[in-house]
This record gives sequence, C-alpha cells and structure tokens, in this order.
Amino acid sequence: MTKDLLLRVIGKLLIPFILLFALYVMFHGDYGPGGGFQAGVIFAAGIVFYALIFGMDNARKVMPDWLVEILLAAGVLLYIGVGLAGLLLGGNFLDYFVLDADPIHGQHRGIFWVELGVMITVCGVMLKIFYMFASRGRG
Amino acid sequence: MLLVLVAIVVLVLASVRNLFAVVVLSGIYSFLMATVMVALDAVDVAMTEAAVGAGISTVLLLGALHLCKSEEAKPTHRPWLPLSLSLATGVLLIYGAMGLPDFADPQAPIHQHVVPRYLQNEVQVPNVVTAVLASFRGYDTLGETTVVFTAGAGVIALLRRRKPRKGGEEGRG
Repeated sequence: MTKDLLLRVIGKLLIPFILLFALYVMFHGDYGPGGGFQAGVIFAAGIVFYALIFGMDNARKVMPDWLVEILLAAGVLLYIGVGLAGLLLGGNFLDYFVLDADPIHGQHRGIFWVELGVMITVCGVMLKIFYMFASRGRG
Repeated sequence: MLLVLVAIVVLVLASVRNLFAVVVLSGIYSFLMATVMVALDAVDVAMTEAAVGAGISTVLLLGALHLCKSEEAKPTHRPWLPLSLSLATGVLLIYGAMGLPDFADPQAPIHQHVVPRYLQNEVQVPNVVTAVLASFRGYDTLGETTVVFTAGAGVIALLRRRKPRKGGEEGRG
C-alpha cells in the first residue's frame, strides 16, 4: 500500500468513476462507442489501479481469486449460452432474431448478453494475468 | 504531426537502454496510437488501445521489470540482419499500401462488398461497430472471446504455484 496521500485521495476519487465508466461503455455500447471488450478492459484497469495504490491484499478482498477464475469461464459460457438459446428457440446457433417476439428486440437482447459475456471474460482474464504477474514478484 | 511524434518515440525506444524508460515510452506510444485512431474516427479501437496498450500492458511490463534487471545488456552482435529485414518489410508494406484505394474512398472494393448490407442496419443498433461485432459476426466474436479465455487459462497453467498436497501427492498445475 502506498503511503502517498495524493495518490490515495485521487485514487479513491477516480476509481468509482472508472468502474462506472466501464459499465456505461458496456450498457451504452449499442448507441455510442464501446462494447464488451472495452468495458471489460476498463473495469479491469480500475481494479488494477486500486491494487497498485492500496496493495494486492486489499484488491484480493474486492476481487478474490476464485471470483476472477469464475468470471474467466462464465463469460464464454454466457456467450455460448446465448447461442444455444437461439438454437432451442428454433433458430440457428447465435441467431438473435428468435430471442424475442419482436425480431429487432431479439437482436438487441442477443447483442446485449453476448457483449456482457465478452466483458466478463475479458475482465476476468486481464485481472487474472495481473494477479499472476503481481504475486510472482514476492516469492 | 502525430505521426512525427510516433516516429520520434519509436526512435528513442530503439536507442534507450534503460528498461523502465522503455516501458514508459511504450505507454506513450500507445497513447499516441490511440490519438491516431481517434483522428481516423475509430473511437472503439482507440479506447481499446488506450486501456490495454497504455494501461494494463504497461502495468504488466512493470511487473515483469520487477523480476529482472532494469538495464538491457549490450548486444553481442551488430543488428544489421534484423535491421535490413525490417527495412525491407517496411519498404514492401509502403509499396503495397500505394496500391490501396484512397483513404475514405466510397468506391473502394471493401465498401462495395458486404458493407452496404451492414449499413442498412436491419438490427437497428445505432453503433454499427457493435452490430457488426456482436450480431453479423457473432461467430468471429465468439472465437475471439474463446481466444482471450484460452490466453487466461494458459497463463494460469504456466504461472500457478504448485502446492504439494499432503501425503507427497503433487498438486495439479
């Protein structure tokens, strides 16, 4: 944990906005620039920032290793799940038109869940790689 | 102007021996490239470049730097072969790029093939990039997500500490 007062105050001020911005990029990705990948990376960057300022132990309390590892796989599974849902509802694999009575709504729904899957996996992978690298230096 | 800055950063990058300076310079390089992407109206790519290139990979490189010496060793041989190879590749790429259609030319072949259908936007998502990525090219993106996942799984497999179990049984990797 850094003793630098400036860094800690600025970090505490900025980190909520970084995480919020990540969610904005995710949920607003249909309308503005951004999407799942960017959102996941920005979210992970926020957590990495937190870990740099407040130390790995505190970061592990926020995002424990088991949670990160679950996120890693959950995103891909969610993505495949959306594809299978299209299959079950009578369409092709990754067919979003059948996900809702209104095909356009179905598309939006499909894109949303797929992007969420991308975000979860990207965030998990970035954090996992960071944790792995950061915890190696100590041993 | 931007490209001049990029060129300066690359030249300094190649000449600096201190690895900490190299890491910081590559972060600056990523920010410059992100600005270039904004200038080319590719905001999505710019966000990715700024967050991954300048943010996370800088942190990862610093973490790697923590494990090794901070001065690059003197090269044992002259870099003429790699230098000439990369110069030749650069000349080849510039020669190839001269045959490409002009930037933002609406008559370019790439804008005549599937793009008109993408831009009709039958899924009615205002951000065409998102529509193409997640809907039209859903299979591609599924593959990319799987690649990212595989990268993470690979890092886990390589770097996870092995804890010996009780009874002399070796822990799984």
